[in-house]
Amino acid sequence: MSLVVPEIRRSWVAGINPLAKLVVALLVGVTLVLSIDIVSAGIVVAVIVVLLPFCGLSARQLAVRTSPIVVSAVFAGIATALYGVDAGAVLLRIGPITVTEGSVALAVAILLRVLAVGVPAVLLFATTDPTDLADALAQLAKLPARFVLGALAALRLVGLLLDDWEALSLARRARGVADRGRIRRFLVQAGTLLVFAVRRGGKLATAMEARGFGGSVRRSWARVSVLRTRDIGFMAVGALVVAVAVAAAVVLGTWRWVL
Amino acid sequence: MSGAARITARGWGWRHGDRPRPAVSGLDLDVAPGERLLLLGASGAGKSTLLAGLAGVLGDAQDGDRAGELLVDGMVPEAARGRVGLVLQDPDGQTVLARVGDEVAFGCENLGVPRDEIWRRVGEALEAVGLDVPFDHPTSELSGGQKQRLAIASVLAMRPGLLLLDEPTANLDPDGVAEVHDAVERLVAARETTLVVVEHRVQTWLDLADRVVVLEPGGGVRADGPPTSLLRERGAELAASGIWVPGHHPVVDRIPAAEEAPALLVGEALAVGRRRFGERAPRTAASGIEVTVRSARTTAVVGPNGAGKSTLGLTLAGLLTPVGGRVVATQTLAGPLGDAPVRWRSRELLTRIGTVFQDPEHQFLRGTVRDELEVGPRALRRGEADVASVRDELATRLRLGALLEANPFTLSGGEKRRLSVASVLATAPRVIVADEPTFGQDALTWAELVRLLGELVASGTALVAITHDQELVDALADDRLVLGPARQGVGG
Repeated sequence: MSLVVPEIRRSWVAGINPLAKLVVALLVGVTLVLSIDIVSAGIVVAVIVVLLPFCGLSARQLAVRTSPIVVSAVFAGIATALYGVDAGAVLLRIGPITVTEGSVALAVAILLRVLAVGVPAVLLFATTDPTDLADALAQLAKLPARFVLGALAALRLVGLLLDDWEALSLARRARGVADRGRIRRFLVQAGTLLVFAVRRGGKLATAMEARGFGGSVRRSWARVSVLRTRDIGFMAVGALVVAVAVAAAVVLGTWRWVL
Repeated sequence: MSGAARITARGWGWRHGDRPRPAVSGLDLDVAPGERLLLLGASGAGKSTLLAGLAGVLGDAQDGDRAGELLVDGMVPEAARGRVGLVLQDPDGQTVLARVGDEVAFGCENLGVPRDEIWRRVGEALEAVGLDVPFDHPTSELSGGQKQRLAIASVLAMRPGLLLLDEPTANLDPDGVAEVHDAVERLVAARETTLVVVEHRVQTWLDLADRVVVLEPGGGVRADGPPTSLLRERGAELAASGIWVPGHHPVVDRIPAAEEAPALLVGEALAVGRRRFGERAPRTAASGIEVTVRSARTTAVVGPNGAGKSTLGLTLAGLLTPVGGRVVATQTLAGPLGDAPVRWRSRELLTRIGTVFQDPEHQFLRGTVRDELEVGPRALRRGEADVASVRDELATRLRLGALLEANPFTLSGGEKRRLSVASVLATAPRVIVADEPTFGQDALTWAELVRLLGELVASGTALVAITHDQELVDALADDRLVLGPARQGVGG
């Protein structure tokens, strides 16, 4: 399988209804952007770390998938340490830049927060088959089938477009124009890919329409998407973790509204 | 409603919104339930448009103008969704979902078929086309023939009374063609489905069809009758319009191969493959290949879909790095450059190795045919006079003169292919690697291309033709390289 249609290994987390995972990921994300503090984010990150072994991802997969989040978290942290609001003792001074106890605390809070918001989203997609997510969104969240299945079909096009991109790149070398103007060439090639995308999309839409998609009949679903006890439990535990994290931060007095 | 469907057309016509002339006009046609119709016509005669009309996917007044009447079981096709199943040419372009079972279920879901009934139908449909894979098998891992059988199963599960096949085997190797033919044969055996097939290559469907209808470009029906007598009486006439009529296939005289031809490219213990997006290591497509490409000779690379033919072509052409072994350019070809073509600069390839891509559209770079023909000479910094003379000579030779201001993407299939060849010839490379150059071409364009390639080889060019077109091999090949099924390359 390709990057676009990732192979989902069987695991405890993979077995949970995608909608339940989505709800928890959203709940964590929305709650944690409300405050910048170490305690609430720290608790969520700790729970995520406990959850990792149940995701069925190898260490390498985990490292690759979460690397963008980890890298941006670290950079956000460093930037905050250097430029964040200063408070407390000065730890380091380089010209106009000062690193203080206050800015370091803020940096750690930011770093944990980016991880706490980003990693669940990565895990959601790493443990969820896109088809199952579409089923859940259409059947349980009652999003319009036209929209959900259109998006799902578009995902398949991405694989074809990657092949197109490779062929376009090779063709440019073969045609003698690949030696110079790398940036311009990239932009023009991206434009050509867009043409391919529109045409492939049109063809696929025709094929879907020919098979009755978008007709007036009420659609049935070959695959059932239901919320089982386990899914409800997962959401409840997720909500509980978020609540505990917020409560702990408030009780310990670290909660700080960003608004 | 069940059983085979009836087709009625009365003065039917359709003009695509962006075209000045109608694709089909004044069509009168009656097809009885259970009939098996082979629909023929020259390129641009409106065969695909008729199928799209029957499938109800031409669109509304915004997309084009409709005339007359086209009915399936007395209803407009748009109202008969599910009664009509359409299978298109491109196996990749019509797969909607990631898993085989879901793909077959998709049409049934759209028709609101109850869940239990859907899965019963999925099993039956896959069995009917002989596709023996688990329901959760990834659709992306199927061969071309399997994908087309999946497409047929997908419409079959909707229990259509009318099955429309639009060049369903054009992209397939001979095994794939046979698979699809046999699957269709089983389906229509009981005459509970009306069948309309469009195909350039008549031979494939001749044994199944009980009626041939030839569309006249511009409007109406040119010929209509039982296959045997119709092809006997009017075979030559149909062949002259580009249809592949058995017994009338184009013949191109062979030019004898040159002896003592110098080697230009040598593949030594070659393994080829490519790295897919997001993967660390390339996947080997074929290995253990020994090949010598000589001046004034044609090397045909043959083998089933997925054997690594295209990957080998791109590797020999200096576009992909070998996974193992080496591609060595001899002194004759390389001149002052190093012996590994993949290390040459893009511009240095132009006069040495030219590549004709499988899909001509991938290699188009400019907005007009004129500019397209000038790309290579300009990259070589030839003078204006040179550029113009090369362009005009090629435009004449490949009958593109009237199209110089046209956008390459708007050309017909045959014109695109001729342009893609012409733009490679513009820099006179000593080696030409052509990937399925005759793919999907009508008989006229085919003969033209084969004659041109033959002349090039006779004048000293080395040709590597990657193909599963046996007639091309027969007409041109001096040396053959047979690649086995996936991962087992055999030198030869």
